[in-house]
Parts: sequence; C-alpha cells; structure tokens
Amino acid sequence: MSKSNLVTDAAAEFKGRATNKQKVQALLHKYPWVSSAVVLVFALFIFSFGNENFLTPNNLSLILQQTAVIGAIAAGQTLIILTAGIDLSCGAIAIFASMVMAKTAFVNGWPGWAAFMLGIAVGTGAGAFNGWLITKVNLPPFIVTLGTFNVFSALTLFYATGRTIMDKELEPFFLYLGNPIPLGAFKITYGVLLVIVMYLILAFSLRYTGWGRHVYAVGDDIEAARLAGIQVKRVLMSVYITAGFIFAVTSWVIIGRVAAASPNSGTNLNLDSITAVVIGGTSLFGGRGAIFGSLIGAVIVGVFRNGLTLAGVDLYYQTFAVGVLIITAVSIDQWIRKAGV
Amino acid sequence: MSNSVAPVLEAKNLVKNYGRVVAIDGADLQLFPGEILAVVGDNGAGKSTMIKCLSGAETPDGGVMELDGKPITFRRQKDSRDAGIETVYQTLAVSPALDIAANLYLGREIRKKGPLGSIFRMLDNSGMKKSAKEHITSLGIGTIQNMSQAVETLSGGQRQAVSVARAAAFGQKVIIMDEPTAALGVRESGQVLKLIQSLREKGLAVILISHNMPQVFEVADRIHIQRLGKRVAVVTPKSHTMNEVVAVMTGALTLEEKDQTLGPIR
Ligand SMILES: Nc1ncnc2c1ncn2[C@@H]1O[C@H](COP(=O)(O)OP(=O)(O)O)[C@@H](O)[C@H]1O
Ligand SMILES: [Mg+2]
Repeated sequence: MSKSNLVTDAAAEFKGRATNKQKVQALLHKYPWVSSAVVLVFALFIFSFGNENFLTPNNLSLILQQTAVIGAIAAGQTLIILTAGIDLSCGAIAIFASMVMAKTAFVNGWPGWAAFMLGIAVGTGAGAFNGWLITKVNLPPFIVTLGTFNVFSALTLFYATGRTIMDKELEPFFLYLGNPIPLGAFKITYGVLLVIVMYLILAFSLRYTGWGRHVYAVGDDIEAARLAGIQVKRVLMSVYITAGFIFAVTSWVIIGRVAAASPNSGTNLNLDSITAVVIGGTSLFGGRGAIFGSLIGAVIVGVFRNGLTLAGVDLYYQTFAVGVLIITAVSIDQWIRKAGV
Repeated sequence: MSNSVAPVLEAKNLVKNYGRVVAIDGADLQLFPGEILAVVGDNGAGKSTMIKCLSGAETPDGGVMELDGKPITFRRQKDSRDAGIETVYQTLAVSPALDIAANLYLGREIRKKGPLGSIFRMLDNSGMKKSAKEHITSLGIGTIQNMSQAVETLSGGQRQAVSVARAAAFGQKVIIMDEPTAALGVRESGQVLKLIQSLREKGLAVILISHNMPQVFEVADRIHIQRLGKRVAVVTPKSHTMNEVVAVMTGALTLEEKDQTLGPIR
C-alpha cells in the first residue's frame, strides 16, 4: 500500500471513480439485506404467474403465518451468528419450552401465566447453559449446541412421555397468538404481530445501543474487541441468554400456530433458522448483517415453498430451490466481503 | 540526579508463560512521570507480552505492578483504561467492519442526553462522530475525512493512525505504544513522533516500543533494553550510541549497573 499517498483510495472509490460493479458491491457491503429484498420482490413477481391465487391477501397472510415461527427463531439465531457463533439447538429449546408450558398447565393445573413464565425461564436457562459452556468451558458453539440439541430433544421426549397436548386441552391463553387481527382482507395473527415487534426491538438495540455495537465488534474480531476493552465473554453470554429467551417466546408462537404442543414437532427449525439468517445476508463469519434481513430470509423461504406448491411443483424441487438459495446467498456474502479489503 | 521522583508505573519481576514458552522471565520496568521511555529488543524479547500485562490484556503469572506506588491487578483490559492507561497494541485492536468513530469510542460509547440515553440507551452517534473528527484532525494525519468510513477500507497506516488517535484522546496518565509507526511512511511517522512529544509536554508518561533506532534516539528520554524476556539495561540517547544499544540488545555487550540510567533523568 502506498504510504506517501494516504489520500484514501477507498474514499475515492466510493465517490466518482468506482465502476458500477464496485458500486453494487459497496452498497451490498453497507446494506447486506438489500440482495435478499431484491430476491423477495422478484420471487413474488415470478410466483404470481404460477397461480392466480398466489398474490391474494388470503395467501399472503397464510405465508406470513407459516413464516412467523421460523422468523422468530431466526431472530435469536441472528444474534448468535453475528457473534460468529451458531446455534443448532434453537428449535429443540423452543419445543422443550413449549412442552413445559403446556404440560405444567394441563397436567399440573398451573394457571396459564405461571406455566408460561416457567417455560420462558426454562428456555432462557437453556440458552444460558449454552452460553456457559461456550464462554466458561471454552468450547466451540457448533459442538456445544450439537450436544445440547440432543440433550434438549431427549429431555423433551422424556418429559412429555411422547404425548401431544391438543388444543382442547390448552388454555385460551396459549392459543391466543393464533387469533387473527382483521386488517382489511388480510388476516395477520397476533403471533405475526409479536414477531414483528420482537424484530423492531432487536433492530433498535443492535443499531442504536452500545450493546448492539459490541455484539458486532465481538463477531468481527474477538481479539480486537477484547483489547479494545470490551468484556467479550459478558457480551457472548448476554447474546446466548437473549437468544434462549427469544426461543422460549417462540414456543408460545408455535403453540398458537399449530394449536397444540407436540414433542415431535419442529425438527426442521434448527437448520431452517440458519437458512433464513444466511439468505437474509448475515455473514456466517460474524460481525456483518442486519436483523431484518433474517425476517426477509424467512419470508423468502416461505414464499418459495408456498409459491412452488401453488404452482404444482413437487416437494423435492422446493427443497432443491432452497438449497440453491443458500449457496447463492453465501456466494454473494463472500463477494461482498471482498469490497472491504 | 536524585531519585526523589517516584515512578508513575512500575513492574517488578514480571513473569508470563504461554504453555511451555516463557514470554517474559522476571522483567522489570520503571516509567517516570513526563518521560518517554523507549523499549527496544529483538523479536521475541517479550516486549509486547510485557505491555499486555501492564494494560490488563494478559494476567502475569508472577511479579507485581504498581501505579503511582499502589499495587494494581488488572483483571481485564478495561481496568487499565479506567486507571488512566491507554494502549496502542501491535495488532492495533480495531474492529474492521465498524467505522472510525465507532472504533475510537469502542468500549466507552457515549449515550444521548435525556431519556433517550438513560432509558432507551441510545448512543450519541453524531456527537461521537464530531469529536472523533477533532481527534483525528488534531493528530495531523488529515487524509482521513469521513468518520463513517469502515476501518477495513483504510490503509494500514491510516488504521494505525486511528489506533494512535484513540490512545491519545483518552490517555490520562500513561500511554503505551507498541510499534506505532511500523506501517507509517516517513511523514506520518514524523507526525506520530510529534504527537508523542506533545503528550509528554502535557505531562503524560509514554512507553514507546520501536525497532527504529533513529526514532528512538530522536524522542526517548531513556531506553529500556529487553533481551530474552528480561530488562538487561537502561540507557539514555546521550550516554550511549545506537551501536552500543544494538550490541546490548543482541547480547554482544553487557553493561555494568553504574553505566546505566535506572532513575529519572530530569
Ligand atoms: N499468545 C501467545 N501464545 C503463545 N506464545 C506467545 C504468545 N504471545 C507471545 N508468545 C511468545 O512469547 C515470546 C515473546 O513474544 P512477544 O512478547 O510478542 O515479543 P516481542 O514483542 O518482543 O517481539 C515469543 O517467543 C512469542 O512466540
Ligand atoms: Mg511485539
């Protein structure tokens, strides 16, 4: 790098001299979720030709309801991936918490709110357990959560004794999030609204608070963050605890959505949440991404599955399409990262 | 001169091992108020490790450290900051994806005034940008214009300037710089040396680790020579020549205690 000419090449690149390709690269570098937003608009456009019912308020509302659960889990997953971590146990935590809520209410006769609080505590505690293993025992997040995924799944089956608790057995409190809010022709459920509110709060915290900045710094370069005086273990711990809390809240959304609490549901949530985050433009290497991208990512997966179904495409093509989406998203991320150097 | 001036920062018999590697092996260091202490030594002499212990980035396995005569134990880097010590690490410790202003205030962000700050914990980004700009400009490396620029878009020298500006902006008592001019050109190195001298004028004590002998002889009041994890001599630019310092560094020459300048010089 030329030392005498410190007049920044990079700054010049952003102003006039940049080629169109560099401009796109720089834009995506700054706003990584833009490419996923473009994909979403494009997908909506294409699928509207596949079936005339696709772009109806009814169907769009359905997509949002189908997306809400993955979107909620992906919110917690985003926090973790921003710190260059990963959580393979997120779905298992949510299902575990949902069984705790449903069973203490139905079998032990706890009032709904108390059962709910216990479920939240259990989910948050599970996240804290992951965080403890990662920050205090110094194990890699991948290994920790692969292990706890199995542990939490087994605990769920053991605790639930294989029994699903059906809607008639559940208090109205638990089914509340499945109720629609009439919004013209749209039928947004309270669950969807809760997920959107959750995203708003997280987006604010990540963008405008010191905590959010530290989350990015830890994921960006953990040693630099430590040397800059950030208490990196405390930040990591806070992220895993917050994520556990989010997964526990998601269990409420799950019960509302399927109108039941089943120990065998949600096996795809673990990987699907990672899919949503990656498609939403957050880098698996940490430190880069925006939380709303993950919501867009979750909606994209929902739109693809719904649109392809309505177009009469077989399930395995849908799975294939999601796979292509993931690989494309990661390739774009790699390309964007080059813009920084 | 008399020894009536007490050291602002002192380390006695510091030891730090990384597994089987002995990085520092009973190192001593004395830094007096208002002086520039150069620390020189071959690669691997344990200079960086020593200053990491002094700034709380590493916990020493043995030895004591004192600030203003009082014993200190830093559990984390932030403890040294709170005690008034700022450090420019050899690796710079900047976060690439964050912008310049965010890096300058990393770990000590300022919140907005009023309920937005106290209840919603919102950061005062515009305020931080404004004063970041002042700090960077006062460093005299004026080629950095836009405080919203991500640090990864900067050249190596500019990144170094950000790290130096950060230490200079917040240092209260002691500023430690580990090879702060390594990536800088002649003119920018000159700016940093000028900055170091102006910090001394403000009464701060500076530890400057450098391989550049002419630079060391230009600004240092005393020169701490480290070899194989230990302090082997302390001299001044007046008492010894560059060749002698290099000879001590490499072990070709050993100095008697009476030939050294262990105490303060002014
Ligand atoms: N984090 C570390 N892990 C293992 N060994 C280290 C580490 N840091 C430094 N060392 C070793 O300690 C010794 C002193 O290194 P360092 O303090 O960086 O020396 P200097 O800054 O004088 O070049 C070297 O042998 C180096 O390899
Ligand atoms: Mg070094």
